[in-house]
Amino acid sequence: MSMEPILKIENLKTSFMTSNGEVQAVRGVSLAVNKGEILGIVGESGSGKSVTSMSILRLLADTAVIKEGSIEFEGKNLIGVSKKEMRGIRGEKISMIFQDPMSSLNPLIPVGTQVAEMILEHHPERKKEDVKKEVLELFSRVRIPEPEKRYKCFPHEFSGGMRQRVMIAMALANKPELLIADEPTTALDVTIQDQILHQLRELEKEYGTSIIFITHDLGVVAELCDRVIVMYGGLVMEEASIDDIFEKPGHPYTMGLLESIPDIKQDKSVRLMPIPGSPPDMTNPPVGCPFAPRCPYARKICAQELPEFIELGEGHRTRCFLQYPDAPADEHNPFRR
Amino acid sequence: MSNQNILEVRDLTKHFKAGGKQVVHAVDGVSFTLARGKTLGLVGESGCGKSSCARTIIRMYDVTAGQVVLDGTDITNMKQKELKPLRRKMQMIFQDPYASLNARMTVRDIIAEPLIAHGIVNKKEAANELVYPMLEWVGLTKEHANRYAHEFSGGQRQRVGIARALILKPELVICDEPISALDVSIQAQVINLLKDFQEEKGLSYLFIAHDLSMVRYVSDEVGVMYLGHLVEICESNEIYDNPLHPYTKGLLGSIPIANPRLARQKEKSGIEGDIPSPIHPPAGCRFHTRCPFAKPECSEVKPQMKDAGGGHMVACHLY
Repeated sequence: MSMEPILKIENLKTSFMTSNGEVQAVRGVSLAVNKGEILGIVGESGSGKSVTSMSILRLLADTAVIKEGSIEFEGKNLIGVSKKEMRGIRGEKISMIFQDPMSSLNPLIPVGTQVAEMILEHHPERKKEDVKKEVLELFSRVRIPEPEKRYKCFPHEFSGGMRQRVMIAMALANKPELLIADEPTTALDVTIQDQILHQLRELEKEYGTSIIFITHDLGVVAELCDRVIVMYGGLVMEEASIDDIFEKPGHPYTMGLLESIPDIKQDKSVRLMPIPGSPPDMTNPPVGCPFAPRCPYARKICAQELPEFIELGEGHRTRCFLQYPDAPADEHNPFRR
Repeated sequence: MSNQNILEVRDLTKHFKAGGKQVVHAVDGVSFTLARGKTLGLVGESGCGKSSCARTIIRMYDVTAGQVVLDGTDITNMKQKELKPLRRKMQMIFQDPYASLNARMTVRDIIAEPLIAHGIVNKKEAANELVYPMLEWVGLTKEHANRYAHEFSGGQRQRVGIARALILKPELVICDEPISALDVSIQAQVINLLKDFQEEKGLSYLFIAHDLSMVRYVSDEVGVMYLGHLVEICESNEIYDNPLHPYTKGLLGSIPIANPRLARQKEKSGIEGDIPSPIHPPAGCRFHTRCPFAKPECSEVKPQMKDAGGGHMVACHLY
């Protein structure tokens, strides 16, 4: 894996203009996706993880406005490109799969035709027979049994897992540089999730496609990702390699997330440690650290100022005052006891 | 009357008509008992019949065959009218806190409704005396009472759903995926709440979920369902430490491990393929189409539940 970024987001701010005021969903997110890596974005609902990814392909609702920032891809700022140019990028260079494969597929068109359309849309010069052959090849790649027979089936004839395979086949049809997967396995059973995760791993190796994998499930992250970004309240709270995030979490929110899931070997008499309270209201986001109201270690300054990033090691950075060199080292500081 | 077992289910079967002469075999011959004050977890993939099982037990659906005994009373064929007084003993918490609360009722009215329906109180003021402490118990406040469900977050709504189920002081609560719609940080809050209530009131839970680590954490016993059959049931640590049925093994092998080092070492042990249709379930052991150890016998004879030692029950021809 080279450390050459193929996508670079700088200070992205995306808001929704609603009748209740401006919902600041993404409030200054910077991140980079390296070539051939799987980057996990973890966060709860409302953390801004999906809006960040939707901003990349500009699949946002009409009420959404990208207020600031740049999204650099192949030397171009995607925020400036025209609608037409964006259509050329979607599905060709960057593709996306969503949580609910049923609502992403057209119920009136056979699945094979839908995948073929994806190729023909971007390569109209190609022969239909060749494209069909390629789709069948793709179907067997993503392990859809009996591709010939399945080609003519409609989405309703498929199970959830099979539909998601069709979506993956469609997303990979044009061998994109980047695949954005937004909770693609959340609606599936664990056995099917396991199959799909293995497949994504294999396809990443085979095609060298970089993947942004958005999820709330830390287990899935551990199985799949190389690096992780933890989001909360529209901001990146921590960024680290997969091992660091689980072994040396550098933010109280990350620690809280890890403590609130039971391990498969967890002692049943030990209580789970939930994070108290609920996520902030993004129409009126907190001035300071968005996690401060729920943070067991919060100090006065946390509610007043937003902490800047601090480097904890190579590729590991966090946004927390307690990690600052001048933070007091006492029993109330989990990082410096 | 106090029975040791709050719930006994014997050979419970639920079939649905599915157009034409087709029949969906949702639940087929499921038997288990739930001891008072304990939690039984039911796990399995979607379509395995765990929710149908729960809904049949609580008599939202009529029973096709078999027997449901609640606290010593056979409720299998009771009329809804006869059943009503018994409903105080069993309540249900639903998966989707967005769909299971009436959008036109205040939280107070939602929680008070069971009290009024069962004639425990007849005035709103009297209901408040019970509703307010309940709200506090589930971590909400008096001030929340006059609000509507849409003003709450998912976790808070689920607390309202729990308050509504618990206000009648039931003895058995059926939790149908109570946390799957919630964020990770909120799930633990709800689980702790359910556990505290059990400790204090000696409640019994039938806990249905697909999150196996959470099920192990809350349950005393765990049953694994596949395509309408119960394939394995035993003490909850035992099923995770020593799974016997190939399906249980595959299911456990599919759980993502929240530990990257262990995850990398993990061998590929998941299950291939999809769950077959419950309209034409495979003959014999229903898992044989996906089972790596299937023998000729498996596609012909349905394996019976047998004790593999120490009360570890499994239905598989390998044992």
